[in-house]
Amino acid sequence: MEVKEVTLDSLLSEVQGLKAEEYRLIQICATKVNEDEYEILYTFGDRYDEVNLRFSVDGKTPIKSISHLYWAAFLYENEIHDLYGIEVENMVMDYRGGLYRTAEKAPFK
Amino acid sequence: MATRSVVPFGPQHPVLPEPIHLDLVLEDEKVVEAIPSIGFIHRGLEKLVEKKDFNEMVYVAERTCGICSFGHGYGYVDAVEHIMNIEVPERAQYLRTILFEMSRLHSHLLWLGLLADAFGFESLFMDTWRIREQILNMFEEATGGRVIFSINKIGGLRKDIPNEMLLSFVDRLDGIEKETRVAAKSFLEDSAVKSRLCGVGILTAKEAEELGCCGPMLRASGIRRDTRELGYGAYDDLDLHITTSNKGDSYARTEVRLGEIFQSIDLIKQAVKKIPDGPFDTPVKGFPNGEYMSRIEQPRGEACYYVKANGTKFVTRMRIRTPTFANIPALTKILQGCDMADVPIMIVTIDPCISCTER
Repeated sequence: MEVKEVTLDSLLSEVQGLKAEEYRLIQICATKVNEDEYEILYTFGDRYDEVNLRFSVDGKTPIKSISHLYWAAFLYENEIHDLYGIEVENMVMDYRGGLYRTAEKAPFK
Repeated sequence: MATRSVVPFGPQHPVLPEPIHLDLVLEDEKVVEAIPSIGFIHRGLEKLVEKKDFNEMVYVAERTCGICSFGHGYGYVDAVEHIMNIEVPERAQYLRTILFEMSRLHSHLLWLGLLADAFGFESLFMDTWRIREQILNMFEEATGGRVIFSINKIGGLRKDIPNEMLLSFVDRLDGIEKETRVAAKSFLEDSAVKSRLCGVGILTAKEAEELGCCGPMLRASGIRRDTRELGYGAYDDLDLHITTSNKGDSYARTEVRLGEIFQSIDLIKQAVKKIPDGPFDTPVKGFPNGEYMSRIEQPRGEACYYVKANGTKFVTRMRIRTPTFANIPALTKILQGCDMADVPIMIVTIDPCISCTER
């Protein structure tokens, strides 16, 4: 599995580039590395080929939404917020923690 | 000027076997906006990687859903097998492909029944579920289970399926094909059914692509993409004809799923003809270390299984991106501008599986 490591700041320009090349969004997910580090993995597809972008965050710094470029990203971003407690800025549809009705707040944190 | 009102739809509704909620913003009887809301049955299965080792997680993955259970187990073991560089015996690859296509058959027949039930055609609903029952019987004979099969393991399968049994399945599939063709006539030619499906919930190819759709939802909008073309399992050796339609409406989604039933029967017959003799599993040593994303074509569309492992017996992450999760944004799009009375049918035509989506 090939993954291109990016940074929080370079994410949007990378995603803009993929959008211009008509890549589709396949998925976004978070992985907890340790108490202070989370990986955010974005997967895009060009028919059957895939491109993976990844960066690390500390869990307290908000990440930027890509939902203005890929509208469907709002569901994945709300999921990351609700399960990991990572803030996502400027989502086109922000459920404010209400996408998943979990008994415990941010259970995957 | 039309009056605007917000009508809550679900989470409990006669047409929904599982809970999803929509806030429907209406102008008189027309829907102008639909805001989806899920999370009523979130189980946090992915979190179980902390408690179940990488072999036990096969059972957890299978329990993601009672309809696509075989595919979920397959997706997970495929990811782990790639991480561990395990060469799965050819016979196991063929058997997995046959079981996968049987899963697609029973899933699509279940959906046809739910669709018939949604527009009140009860005898058609019972007929399609009667046909489906034969597939469940075949599953029971082959694996011992009708819903959860537990036949997948890392490195192959837990048990073989004898060639004689596979040949008896082919005989029974001839009867299933014949019966499904009769039911298909009602779905595709009955004027009352067509009046409920034709021109309802149109999704153009551009919209389907932009909204990240997958599966029959995507193919019914004219896009020819099917993850089986990646060639996993035995698909590389089989002749796969992808069913598409250009209409993009609820009728097209029905047409595509019906086409896929006949295609699955054909794929099973091809696989039974070509299946080699030999071992059906391979011994597995050590623990996985690395990451992989497996993508497979579930009955509802492309599903992704991301597994990350660090060389211990517990994987650090298992993430499942289910097809319904990818199709929810498109549902909100097709609901815009529709009549309130068509909302239940349109929700059914995306074939939502909330159990998968919530995980």
